[in-house]
Amino acid sequence: MTTQETVLHPAAIIEELKKNNFTHVVWLPDSETNFMYQLLTNEPTLDLVPVCREGETMAIAAGLWVGGMKPVVLIQNTGIFESGDSIRGLGLDINQPLVMLVGYRGWSRHGITTDSAARFIEHILHAWGISYYLIETDDDAGRITSALEEAERTNKPVAVLVGTEFGA
Amino acid sequence: MIGNTDAVKVLDSKRGNSVFVATMNANNVGFGLPSISSNDALDFPISGAMSKASSVGLGLALAQPDRKIMVLDGDGSLLMNLGTLVTLSNKAPKNMYHFLFNNGVYAVTGGQPIPGAGKVDWEDMAKGAGYAAVFSFDNLEDLTTGIDAVLASEGPVFIHLEITPEVEETPVAFRPRPRRSVQTAFRELPEALAKG
Repeated sequence: MTTQETVLHPAAIIEELKKNNFTHVVWLPDSETNFMYQLLTNEPTLDLVPVCREGETMAIAAGLWVGGMKPVVLIQNTGIFESGDSIRGLGLDINQPLVMLVGYRGWSRHGITTDSAARFIEHILHAWGISYYLIETDDDAGRITSALEEAERTNKPVAVLVGTEFGA
Repeated sequence: MIGNTDAVKVLDSKRGNSVFVATMNANNVGFGLPSISSNDALDFPISGAMSKASSVGLGLALAQPDRKIMVLDGDGSLLMNLGTLVTLSNKAPKNMYHFLFNNGVYAVTGGQPIPGAGKVDWEDMAKGAGYAAVFSFDNLEDLTTGIDAVLASEGPVFIHLEITPEVEETPVAFRPRPRRSVQTAFRELPEALAKG
């Protein structure tokens, strides 16, 4: 049975972003974060920066950060693969404390994981030495704060894998 | 055609407190921005993530809305990140000036022609993407006399420059290194911005 506690609501994510004073959400929509869009567009403290391809997010976030803002990136795991050179050449090489919210397409705690996007993503993050946290319910939303604290402590990007599609 | 160094000199002469986000030949150590810059504390070289100078520039423009951000892009670079034209025009920062150094070649890898060299209409692409203003210059005199009108325009502005190709023949390992690396620029720029 699905209960309130086992659902991840977009409002829980947005509250966590507001609590940590993020200024910009640089994103490309995906099914895991679909329900966030309307809330984000109605949230005056978060400026939404939509992109055409995920690699742009890392570079825009780098510019925002060096200009004094506090961006968060929001893309799908497939977009992490596409963003490889930007994560390497910017996030990692410039020591940017960046939180990357990543839709974990294909993730399930049950059965066989057939989606290669899910099978590869953690290996890729390990290869880059990027730490990550998994969030699946509202109770996990505090891990965004944990990720930010780690990013700022280590001066590195840290990923937060969103392991479920949002409840409406 | 405009010489690479000449073009950079014209832009640098009008920079004021603008930030320059420069890549490829516009950022060449020998004949680009590092060779003539009048204020390298506000120069922001982008070499570590190919094609992303305009994206970094967009982030800076949104973060620093009261300061002009001048992106000095390459044609091969822009081809790798064409979606940036739409991303950028969608956010429409009024302080963004996107200069395209169009020399038709991959100058840092030996001068191979870029796809569509001589065929791509960059002005039409920028207009179609929704830039607020688009300019094009193919000689130094027009650039020199026209730059004030460019910088008086409200952004995002796209400026197409026809640049004489200058090809790097020296093996990469033997090319001079910039005094100021990308890492140094990221570390030092916040302090430079704070000074006004």
